[in-house]
Amino acid sequence: MADADRKDTQEQAEFRAYCRDWLDSNKPGQPPVRIPLGALELSDPAALQWLQVWQKSAFDAGLVGCDYPVEAGGGGRNNCQTIANQEMQRAKTPFFPNIIGLGMAAPTVLFHAQEDTKNALLPRLFSGEDIWCQGFSEPGAGSDLANQQTFAEKRGDSWVINGHKVWTSLAHFANWMILLCRTDKTDKYNGLSYFVVPIQTAIGKGVTVRPLIKLTGETGFNEVIFEDLVVEDKYRLDAVGAGWKVAMTTLSHERGAGQLVTPSAGGMTQENTKGANTSSPSALIELAKTSYRNGKTAADDPLLRDEIIKIMIRQEAFRQNQRRALVPALIDHPMRIPLQNKLIGTEFNQDLAEIAYDIQGAASSLYLNDDNALGGGEWQLAYMNSFGVTIAAGANEVQRNILGERVLGMPKSK
Amino acid sequence: MIEQPKNFGFGEDETMLRDSAKKFFSDHCSADKIHRQVAGNPDIHRNIECIWDKGLWQQITELGWTAACVPEAAGGIGMPLVAALALAEEAGRAAFPSPLISTFNTTFVLRECYSAAANDVLAEIAGGKPMSLAITNQQGSWEPTDTDVNIDNGQLNGNAWFVQDARKAEGLVVSARSAAGVGLYYVATDADGVTIAADGIIDLTRDQAHISFAGVTAIEVAAPGTGDTALAHALPAIQAVIAADMVGAGEWLLQTTVEYTNTRVQFDRPLGFFQAVKHPLVNVMLDIDRAKSLAYSAACAIDSDPERQEWANTVKLAHMAKANASDMAVFASSRAVQFHGGIGFTWECYVHLFFKRQMHNQMLFGDAKYHRAILADMLIGQAA
Repeated sequence: MADADRKDTQEQAEFRAYCRDWLDSNKPGQPPVRIPLGALELSDPAALQWLQVWQKSAFDAGLVGCDYPVEAGGGGRNNCQTIANQEMQRAKTPFFPNIIGLGMAAPTVLFHAQEDTKNALLPRLFSGEDIWCQGFSEPGAGSDLANQQTFAEKRGDSWVINGHKVWTSLAHFANWMILLCRTDKTDKYNGLSYFVVPIQTAIGKGVTVRPLIKLTGETGFNEVIFEDLVVEDKYRLDAVGAGWKVAMTTLSHERGAGQLVTPSAGGMTQENTKGANTSSPSALIELAKTSYRNGKTAADDPLLRDEIIKIMIRQEAFRQNQRRALVPALIDHPMRIPLQNKLIGTEFNQDLAEIAYDIQGAASSLYLNDDNALGGGEWQLAYMNSFGVTIAAGANEVQRNILGERVLGMPKSK
Repeated sequence: MIEQPKNFGFGEDETMLRDSAKKFFSDHCSADKIHRQVAGNPDIHRNIECIWDKGLWQQITELGWTAACVPEAAGGIGMPLVAALALAEEAGRAAFPSPLISTFNTTFVLRECYSAAANDVLAEIAGGKPMSLAITNQQGSWEPTDTDVNIDNGQLNGNAWFVQDARKAEGLVVSARSAAGVGLYYVATDADGVTIAADGIIDLTRDQAHISFAGVTAIEVAAPGTGDTALAHALPAIQAVIAADMVGAGEWLLQTTVEYTNTRVQFDRPLGFFQAVKHPLVNVMLDIDRAKSLAYSAACAIDSDPERQEWANTVKLAHMAKANASDMAVFASSRAVQFHGGIGFTWECYVHLFFKRQMHNQMLFGDAKYHRAILADMLIGQAA
């Protein structure tokens, strides 16, 4: 880190060459089914299955969990996940379906689970054979995450769980859940404990998963209800009462500010779809050049041109921020840029899609079910969906509190 | 793609130089001291002044600041451009009244002239002579081909406008037109026929003037027809270094305002508790970081590509840096005044020094809208 201008280490260079070589001959071809924009949008079991085959092949090849210990199914390498990620992006692979497992559950399990549990769970997490979901949010615990009401009661050697989780992405496919809940009603923060829970095998036996319909009309997330679910004590992470601390490990990784780099693939473009790439300003420019507003080409509208350039500046700055974040001499506070990423990334996508609405003029009224919709109606869908991520994972208002308090040293808003 | 250093070229030497600048400014240029120095007289009708500390200038030239980005072949140190950015950032953070930025800008232009005469002037800059550019017409055009000065038989005639730090500079690089096109010329500010008329400006940390040239004998540093090209090649560096000044000033405004809102209590709580105050200050931080990353990336792109093989990308980054920094400068200063409340509206509060420097900076070499309009033509294509 201190020597950020260095090239790849020898280990990284060799691993990069290996990844490139493997991807050359093993990158999947075009999928037989429509693959959504991201794992959290998965609703077709056939799409999930196709992506699981891809994740398993990448895991078997050593491109997933590279920096994790060997006994936990990892590659035991040093700073190589970032190399695998770069090469997979470069090769434009499909994304990994087990996104919550890789990004949030894996580091949490590694740092806090008992040894046997860790070694039993992580290999199947990395391979994507087990899909994971996250049980944090509740009807009364959104931005105020510590206000958990789901309760785990100790009975003998086991725990009995009752409660209600909401906005649970991928729960309809998930085998496992990371669960934050209350074990002591007298202390808000120190009364929390953290478990990993096998939910799929418990459906109908203490676990109910019901889909929630998003404002877009799609399903994608769920509510999960626990009624006297019995969970073995070996699935407790860290001490009873240490749940908040464990949750911070999860959240720091979710915000891209954790110790371990999340295995991440992507970049594939699916042929034979008319869907626009809604995260790309160059697609936005294409849209502007081919759309009419009030009978005129949108790309000639001076105010829209300014909006397009403003968002392109934000995109370039985000990219350069990531580069500068690795140069300690050019940053004032080590968390200053990492803690911005969730906020900036999600607002970028939201604003990009909103400009696409403006560009389309009258045609912005058309949606996925209309053949005349520009870009397949994907921009409109992306705009509506964008609120999922500006709200989730700590609403952006909470992110601004965190930045103000932890980086700028301002007084806590609670 | 040309390989660029991962650290923007900001290595150990650059870090040492920047840290020494931080120390220099904290030793010599507290906001309190600068305020006493330049803000002694609030009278709107005061005589136009040019206040700066030549002793400090002497010290920074001895520290090698003006030589930093002069090529070694011209007697300089030949450091990468990010060194100048780091110095500009610290100068902005101190609202340092000096011709440092103007001297950098002149350096960047002369570096693109590739003439023996230009190298002679660069050697003088490396030796500590303050310089400025006289390249703007009365209409405030930033285009390299626009000038109200003519050259005929080696003599300059006409007027240059919005010349920065004109009364601190000892030499000027002037753009002038002849039948063969725009050339660049060096004159001493005390040469016969040069008349400097100071402008009454808002920024207390600078001086500005319009200058008339009446039959001034000048040294050609870039031949007619090549001067506008040299200027165009220098503009990205100029835009990046001004952006860096704004980043430094923006950071001062941010940190000072955070400190104030952490201590000022209303409704039984420090102001910074309230999200109506906290969240805009976080937004200022995000804006500063964007501007800083863009400025350093532009500077690094310039250094990494002396043959200008990826020039369009370099130009793009510099326009983005100046556009982002200009909007940030306005936003950071407006929030600083607003969140300081009543005291922020007074002359005695130091915030106005930085507020005014930022407002001056944001227009200098084009404001955000100017740069975005150019970017739109580059990236979207000309509008019908």
